[in-house]
Amino acid sequence: MDLEVRGAQAYAASGHKPIDSEKQTVVFVHGVGQDHTTWVLPIRYFARHNRNVLGLDLPGHGRTPGPGLETIEEMGDWVVEALDAAGVEKAALVGHSMGSLVVLETASRYPERVRSLAMVGVSIPLAVSDALMTSAEVGSHDAIDMLTYWSHSKAAQVGGSPTPGMWMVGGGMRLWEQAAPGVIHSDLRACNEYAVGLNRAGEIQCPALLILGEKDVMTPVRAAQAVKEAIPDQDTVIFRGAGHALLAERSDPVLDQLIRIV
Amino acid sequence: MAKPKPLGDDTLALHAGQHPDSDFGARATPIYQTASYVFKDADHAASLFNIERTGHVYSRLTNPTNAVLEERISALEGGVGAIATASGQAATHLGIATLMGVGSHIVSSQSIYGGTHNLMAYTLPRFGIETTFVDPRNPDAFLDAIQPNTRLVFGETLGNPGMEVLDVPVIAEIAHSHDIPLMVDSTFATPMLAKPFDMSADIIVHSATKFLSGHGVIIGGLLVDSGAFDWEGSGKFPTLTEPYEGFHDLDFVEEFGPVAYITRARKEGARDFGAAMAPMTAFLVLQGMETLGIRMARHVENAVKLADFLESHEAIEWVRYPGLSSHPDYELAQRLLPRGAGSIFSFGVKGGRPSGQRFIESVEIASHLANVGDAKTLVIHPASTTHHRMDASALEAAGISEGLVRISVGLESVDDLIDDLSQALRASQKV
Repeated sequence: MDLEVRGAQAYAASGHKPIDSEKQTVVFVHGVGQDHTTWVLPIRYFARHNRNVLGLDLPGHGRTPGPGLETIEEMGDWVVEALDAAGVEKAALVGHSMGSLVVLETASRYPERVRSLAMVGVSIPLAVSDALMTSAEVGSHDAIDMLTYWSHSKAAQVGGSPTPGMWMVGGGMRLWEQAAPGVIHSDLRACNEYAVGLNRAGEIQCPALLILGEKDVMTPVRAAQAVKEAIPDQDTVIFRGAGHALLAERSDPVLDQLIRIV
Repeated sequence: MAKPKPLGDDTLALHAGQHPDSDFGARATPIYQTASYVFKDADHAASLFNIERTGHVYSRLTNPTNAVLEERISALEGGVGAIATASGQAATHLGIATLMGVGSHIVSSQSIYGGTHNLMAYTLPRFGIETTFVDPRNPDAFLDAIQPNTRLVFGETLGNPGMEVLDVPVIAEIAHSHDIPLMVDSTFATPMLAKPFDMSADIIVHSATKFLSGHGVIIGGLLVDSGAFDWEGSGKFPTLTEPYEGFHDLDFVEEFGPVAYITRARKEGARDFGAAMAPMTAFLVLQGMETLGIRMARHVENAVKLADFLESHEAIEWVRYPGLSSHPDYELAQRLLPRGAGSIFSFGVKGGRPSGQRFIESVEIASHLANVGDAKTLVIHPASTTHHRMDASALEAAGISEGLVRISVGLESVDDLIDDLSQALRASQKV
């Protein structure tokens, strides 16, 4: 569905259903340079299972036009304004990678708006290598190569897609190739500069779930330890052998975990 | 972290899409010879049907053995996904039918497999899809043939039977300038010799019957999606960008983004046309693909030696192989197919139709049959077999001379092939 946020058009995948005030709502926030299509399976699942769904495209991503937002804090604010635009008072928030920082930010600063929190592939700090940042800044395809291969575990680079017949590496790469110019760099910088994450984690009032990949080199398990310890009420699930692209590599197990908390 | 190093083609050809089986550790891909798959409960079934969870429902749609093959070809071509079909023709039909319906138009190279020509020239018009055929060496002809209702540009990486090399980057640019995708049949090249997606093609079809399986034991096809074409921006493909009543108003591009095309092809075409590959066939193609790299290198090596031999033979009028400097597309082949221009080519036997027939009936190691891409060397003489009803002028119009022989060079010891063709050529010149 189309929303109007800050006077501009914004897109949210809703499973082709209007918001029903009688139902609870789940919000999905994508990662660096991506969009709502990474959440297609859980969006379709929850839309059929008695939830309102908002698979947001942040500004400059997917079907939401405009320049990208510069900081995680701004993105966190924008999510709340999207909730306002959709007429949703309170929601479960789910984020992947950069999106997990965004939903953490929203949940800490707007606790009255958040019912529960799920962070898929998260670490604080979410440090970005100089090589990736530099390549992204100049718009080199090297940045997309790094994002693609570093996001998929070595096993996933061989294949074995849960969705039959799909090549996960190719799908991930194509989505990043379709990102608007400058958006990947802007998102990476936002992740790199997000300095208040651990403080925010300490302020979380709702139940939280961390979903991590054992072989994730983008947000390694050891780098998630601090955020795990900071959140008062959290549970952590680590998928053996999985990389950062958990939604592709472990589609159904991630969904099963989300069902627990949203 | 060090800059990522993707797996090489030979590694992908052996491993892509498959890990040792989790139940028994089977190293080879198991053959899942099953029609259907047990649901955990009613909601699990509904979730699979509604694309909320991953897994298999019915082997017309997906099958675990086929899925390995589909991933493997996607990995080698650099695409996002693929569908294994009952034949190469089924892959081409599925690829076209996913894009268009009545009132649509295709611009195709005229140098294509006869079965594909039949599909486009005679069968698709009955379903309201017309095709204009153009010279693959003339990019302007593609451009001039594009109409407001054109929905696809089609060609073969290496054309049949003249081995015309399609200038994929140029033809892709022409197609894209009109917001139309380019579909390439890359059967003769295989991903070991050409990477059409790297040259901006959008969809690839293969006859897996040929080099991919490599041993002449199966019939199969593959449809591969690059995931790169901008369907939404084009505005010409409502099957992908508008709600589909046949799947609860699913808008494929909106929900699936880069994998919209291959998802629609599976959810509609695989479901409704039903031309699925058999799991045993997928297994045999996978077996073949494990050695694709070394086989293609040897195919090319033998083809170059045979073409050189034939070009200097007194009983030969001409040799048409883009690996020879005499071929008009030699330089293009060097640029687009640096690992070799395949192992299929044609040559003219002096003496016309009767000499060609004597040649074909005299070979002893090469096999006289209607196929290509086998490990064994194959030959056919169209004027006395597939095109025997045509007179000389009709043959000429089809681009086939009376003495034309098509050869698919196999993996035999090349000296034995040279000896075999030598004696057959001697026989061909006896009056």
